[in-house]
Amino acid sequence: MIAAHYAALQVVAPLIAAPLCVLLRRGALAWLVTVAVSWIALAIAIQLLVQVMATGPVSYELGGWAAPWGIEYRVDSVNAFVLLIVSGISAVAAPYAHHTVVREIPEDRHYLFYSAYLLCLTGLLGITITGDAFNVFVFLEISSLSSYALISLGGERKALTAAYQYLVMGTIGATFFLIGVGLIYAMTGTLNMADIAARLDPVEHTRTVLAAFAFIIVGLGLKLALFPLHLWLPNAYAYAPSAVTVLLAATATKVAVYTMLRFVFTLFGADFALDVTFFAEFLIALALVGVFAASITAVFQNNVKRMLAYSSVAQVGYMMLGVGFFSVTGLTGGIVHLFNHALMKGALFMALGAVFYRLGSVRIEHMRGLGRQMPLTMFAFVLGGLSLIGLPLTVGFISKWYLILAALERGWWPIAGLILLSSLLAVAYVWRVVEAAYFRDPPPDRPRATEAPLALLVPTWILTLANFYFGIDTSVTVGVAADAARALLGEGG
Amino acid sequence: MTTFSELAHGIPPGLVLIIGAGIVPFLRGRPRDAYLLALPAVGLLQIVSLETGDHIRASVLGLEILMLRVDRLALVFGYIFHIAAFVGIVYALHLKKTFEHAAALAYAGSAIGAVFAGDLVTLFVYWELTAITSVFLIFGRRTPRACQAGMRYLVVQIGSGVLLLSGTVLHYLDTNSVAFGHLGVTSPGTTLIFIAFGIKCAFPLLHNWLQDAYPEATVTGTVFLSAFTTKLAVYALARGYAGTEMLVWIGATMTAFPIFYAVIENDLRRVLAYSLNNQLGFMVTGIGIGTEMALNGTISHAFSHILYKALLFMSMGAVLYRVGTIKGSELGGLYKSMPWTAAFCIVGAASISAFPLFSGFISKALIITAAAENGYFVTWLVLLFASAGVFHHSGIKIPYFAFFAHDSGKRCEEAPRNMLAAMAIAAALCIGIGVYPQALYGILPFPVDFQPYTSTHVLTQLQLLLFSALAFAVLIRTGVYPPELRSTNLDSDWLYRRLGPLAAGAVSRRVGRAAALLRNGAKARLEDVAGWFSRHHGPEGAMARTWPTGATVLWVAILLGAFLIASFSA
Repeated sequence: MIAAHYAALQVVAPLIAAPLCVLLRRGALAWLVTVAVSWIALAIAIQLLVQVMATGPVSYELGGWAAPWGIEYRVDSVNAFVLLIVSGISAVAAPYAHHTVVREIPEDRHYLFYSAYLLCLTGLLGITITGDAFNVFVFLEISSLSSYALISLGGERKALTAAYQYLVMGTIGATFFLIGVGLIYAMTGTLNMADIAARLDPVEHTRTVLAAFAFIIVGLGLKLALFPLHLWLPNAYAYAPSAVTVLLAATATKVAVYTMLRFVFTLFGADFALDVTFFAEFLIALALVGVFAASITAVFQNNVKRMLAYSSVAQVGYMMLGVGFFSVTGLTGGIVHLFNHALMKGALFMALGAVFYRLGSVRIEHMRGLGRQMPLTMFAFVLGGLSLIGLPLTVGFISKWYLILAALERGWWPIAGLILLSSLLAVAYVWRVVEAAYFRDPPPDRPRATEAPLALLVPTWILTLANFYFGIDTSVTVGVAADAARALLGEGG
Repeated sequence: MTTFSELAHGIPPGLVLIIGAGIVPFLRGRPRDAYLLALPAVGLLQIVSLETGDHIRASVLGLEILMLRVDRLALVFGYIFHIAAFVGIVYALHLKKTFEHAAALAYAGSAIGAVFAGDLVTLFVYWELTAITSVFLIFGRRTPRACQAGMRYLVVQIGSGVLLLSGTVLHYLDTNSVAFGHLGVTSPGTTLIFIAFGIKCAFPLLHNWLQDAYPEATVTGTVFLSAFTTKLAVYALARGYAGTEMLVWIGATMTAFPIFYAVIENDLRRVLAYSLNNQLGFMVTGIGIGTEMALNGTISHAFSHILYKALLFMSMGAVLYRVGTIKGSELGGLYKSMPWTAAFCIVGAASISAFPLFSGFISKALIITAAAENGYFVTWLVLLFASAGVFHHSGIKIPYFAFFAHDSGKRCEEAPRNMLAAMAIAAALCIGIGVYPQALYGILPFPVDFQPYTSTHVLTQLQLLLFSALAFAVLIRTGVYPPELRSTNLDSDWLYRRLGPLAAGAVSRRVGRAAALLRNGAKARLEDVAGWFSRHHGPEGAMARTWPTGATVLWVAILLGAFLIASFSA
């Protein structure tokens, strides 16, 4: 009975829990609700994925209204996988949040934090699951507005500026996206994604549809921090509370990437994107420039959170590169990197959150000599860093393997070389942290730091070890990603 | 026993040590010692019970992976790696630093795993694992020099792994297979793999990491390092590139050129590192010749080499451990304080010099005979010269300067008991193999039809050794033997820091002003580039500044406009 409503529950559960947190008004209770809902969401996401892999796409008509008129939730292998990423990260990040929230946010705002956290989760899950183009915009705004609030809760005054900047830029992105959806609606008279896909063909070559495509790509490019539209991201990640950074870094850009995949491949179709526009060339060029510009910038950062934020911009470049190849292997690489990057950045930002919990700073000069004082935390950071670099046996290797394979398949040797070369930049910035933590003596004015509490270490290590588990056993991740890639390219599956 | 046999075939060898190493940090005292010694023993037991054939298959990323391939070539290396791990553990048993034990065990395990890998991907994984685990044996010395040398070592080793992976990908695209059998230098892919193996095997011009890093490692770490990394490369070359003509010349060069460095080097462990390079040359030559006899020679030489080189490094390590220095000019007369160590060192020296009745003799003879029988006359001469050179720098110089020469006045205790025990085991094996070579010949991949103890062999070898000894004596007597000069030019720092730049300066003067200008230009350009990067990407640079919101809006407009114009005009 209830199984039939999983798709709705996926979004409704956190949506109902958010106001519940406000009613409870107690930080600890709100936290418990958040953890419980996150775990429920993960359980549902796993159920949905199993169901989709077994029997094909699941369609759910909200309120019983049939598809083109009512809002349809539609789960196929692509978004079932993204749902798993979002809810999985939230299920680990929510338990982690408690300690860092107590440390970083005034007590009278705790319940508001959890409420905003749940709304953000609602928005991210909603964007992913819905089969309705306008509904995407609604959830996009829910997740964006709540994440502006979450970022502004960061301790430093700069957090306010960062949140405000993100607000302005995010709104521009969302507006562009809405303009694009509006233009499509004008041409097709429908908002249901499957319906749009069917009706877009005859009007494909009109300038209106081309403009719609451009607006949607640029709008989403802003949300997913495609270089050079990434300017909001470094500050937003750097000054947000630790738990928020974990959640946003691991999920928000992934969901935006998914939305772009959905619109480009399902709505417009790969043929349209390839033949009518310069989408692939545009994407590959920006992705490559972004990978290098952002990685080099990361090398020079002294705030480690900001360093990893720039690295995220570079990693988005890898995902876009995979998309730009327009092949099953490339898309598999891009999609599997959604998952893998969530794991590595989640682990890294969690380790940094633990450092911030003890030191009150994540500046590289303050982290000197930390390898001996917080051995478990720093070792998790090192392992996460190895995964970021792409060492074999880690998930980072799997992603790069498919990307390089895709580049070689197309015969684009220089791009394969550039991917390898850019990994070296990751070595450089990860090494700076390792050097400070393990080969330098602690600054004399810093009090001796002790190991982070278990409540922070356990989630950190869960994600760290997941980096290795999914780096060795790739049957689930690559299997689903390859299936999703074939589905997007319309090659069955 | 069937259950044990099934278990043995179900777990890739090496994993016992790698996983077992993870438990070491949690143990203390006697149980830890017992556990450390048991691990290599269990591992050895496992591979002894293995049957020839392909055992553990898997499919990863759509590739056919073969994690356990057992044949006679792999088994020989499996045996000796386990023995070396055991001896090394005994030697390091006094250490309190459990981390180093764990690293050493994982390192040995990775090398063993690599030997039994049946495909290039598995090989690559273990290949990188050996690099990562072994670097801790260098870092463990905890001196700034060791840290720097360790980093350089790591960069080179990882670089070798990257080449191996790149080569594997290319090879896979060519042949649709990642199986690791005979490759040959035939395509870009196999060439890359060849270079990857070459780096790890310390081919000439690719060899610097070895002399750089090994002498900087910990006392016990060097013993492990000397056993696995390069011999793994020898194994890989023997498997993939047997009979590649190029290797004959590479190997011959390798035997000859380190001799000159070894003679003028003062750090005795670095002398051993050079002689390690020279010994590798013999093995590489054997692989290049590629006949059954030559390959047997290579493999048996690798086997005995691991033992006597470890023995030599152990004896020098014991000296370093007790005296605190290993510079030839500061040592001497230690036989009074450390008689056992001196005796074991002489056994090692005799083995490496290939004295009859010692292990080096029965294995090296195979290679040299193979070279002669297959018409490599020049190579044969070079190998003979190199044999004489080995005796010169490893056979005489090492024991002479450490334990004899003129008394340095240093007095110390004999080496710790566990070190002596380890050296005794290695020394016994060296002599055992020398006296009863059939034991080693029996496990070689190909049937051996060779009699080392003929009067020709023995006499040639003794003549060679005697003349080499004579040369050494003459040089010492006449006072021209370099280390006797005791001046700073013996220190390797001087070679790197002064001679190098001086030579570079001289060369550039000769090339003329144009070159100097070019150099200055390049330097200025480099500084420009670095400055540009830090201006644009530095913390205050344009790329990292918090940009005004307007900038983003501008970018949005530019991208939208560009995209629209491009699409509309198409």
